[in-house]
Amino acid sequence: MPVQTAPPKLEVRQKPESTFVRASGKAKVVVRDLNFFYGKVQALHNISLEIPERIVMAFIGPSGCGKSTFLRTLNRMNDVIPATRIAGQILIDDHDIYTPGTDVVELRRRVGMVFQKSNPFPKSIFDNVAYGLRINRVTKSSSELADRVEEALKDAALWNEVKDRLKTSALSLSGGQQQRLCIARALAIRPEVLLMDEPASALDPIATSKIEELIFDLKKQYTIVIVTHNMQQAARVSDTTAFFLLGKLIEVNSTEKMFTAPNEKLTEDYITGRFG
Amino acid sequence: MDLHRHLDDELGSLRDRVLLLGGAAEMALDRAMYALSERDSEVARQVLDHDDDVDHLEVEIDRQCIDIIALRQPAARDLRFVISVAKMAPVLERIADHACNIARTAIDLNNEPELKSVLDLSRMSEHALKMLRAALDAFTSGDAIAAREIIKSDSEINDLYNHTFHRLIELMVTEPTTATRDARLLFVAKHLERIGDYVTDICELTVYMAEAAFIKHT
Repeated sequence: MPVQTAPPKLEVRQKPESTFVRASGKAKVVVRDLNFFYGKVQALHNISLEIPERIVMAFIGPSGCGKSTFLRTLNRMNDVIPATRIAGQILIDDHDIYTPGTDVVELRRRVGMVFQKSNPFPKSIFDNVAYGLRINRVTKSSSELADRVEEALKDAALWNEVKDRLKTSALSLSGGQQQRLCIARALAIRPEVLLMDEPASALDPIATSKIEELIFDLKKQYTIVIVTHNMQQAARVSDTTAFFLLGKLIEVNSTEKMFTAPNEKLTEDYITGRFG
Repeated sequence: MDLHRHLDDELGSLRDRVLLLGGAAEMALDRAMYALSERDSEVARQVLDHDDDVDHLEVEIDRQCIDIIALRQPAARDLRFVISVAKMAPVLERIADHACNIARTAIDLNNEPELKSVLDLSRMSEHALKMLRAALDAFTSGDAIAAREIIKSDSEINDLYNHTFHRLIELMVTEPTTATRDARLLFVAKHLERIGDYVTDICELTVYMAEAAFIKHT
């Protein structure tokens, strides 16, 4: 007779944490009572928001709601627009970036930006990524420069596709590759926060998917803020979502809560497509 | 705007279908219990014949839910509605299956001498039907408060089941010649008790749909 073995005892396992639970890290960016004006037109009204470090926060909302304007306040990109005015505070690591005397170039090194339309310089792939390193005199030798370019291209998941043609023009790359090159260019100077203004809106689904995977990987090292019109994209890539409407911040919530049970009716109407 | 109306139409059609399925399950249970109490095998056979339509309706609802998720990517209350319906349809189909099992039992018992009436069975079925109707109403109106009340009333069916169980065991002991038939009635009681549990599932889904609250296993 075969020897009967006792069935394995069922182990009482600790209840697994939900995969949706997000770490609530320290706030990297703190915005307090922010108001922003284009001339006499107020574009942002009393925005207060905290962005924890090393998460992806998505800004959603209809066109003209102020989400891109708000994004650009985070590295003072609106400073270059005439007749704009800002009131309130934006703290990055507890330092108010609008304090007089703030080094804006240094701020933009720490808070990098990727735009909707890829904008590589008409230079080689290598020179595009090396550009920021050179003008900021970050590296001390050509080998260090090459290492930093390689690191940035690897971080942007582009290295394997371009490592054999670093000297060719960046304009020869596909749209998706050009956008990842722009991300590599932003990463090369090792920013702490990465702002992305609809980075995949002009890309096909495969290139979009690569950008989204990249965002997912990058959040291990960077705090990422992404403006997107694509709500599925916001749902896929972000940990936290903020909904803007008519220059007001209506709701900030964990992305899963936002897309399954938002607190505000306005948010629900927008994401279910019943807005207006 | 048209796209939103289109989604609203699709969600409305889904709601109609699930209510149709609910109505079919309710009718199957009502008729199966009628076939049992009135010893009407013809009605029991109608319940069995109708089950294919119920199965077909469940598959249609499944497909419609998948289509809406794939093509419309619903969010928030729309998503909760579609998910609730997708999970509710198999529950309603299972209720109809239990009704079929009761109908089969009725056919078997109708070929044998009549048993003493076991009063609690009809009370159980009345209560199960009442719960099912109320659950479908609560779902239609998205009434989480009503759904929670219905869940509480499941204990009444459980009490009736326990009572019926002991009563039938007593009968088996005192009249062993009827034991086989009593055992069949015991299964009927168990089917009704399970239907009460399924109605509870429906109500939990209604609470989720209305409030995004997970109350299952709480």
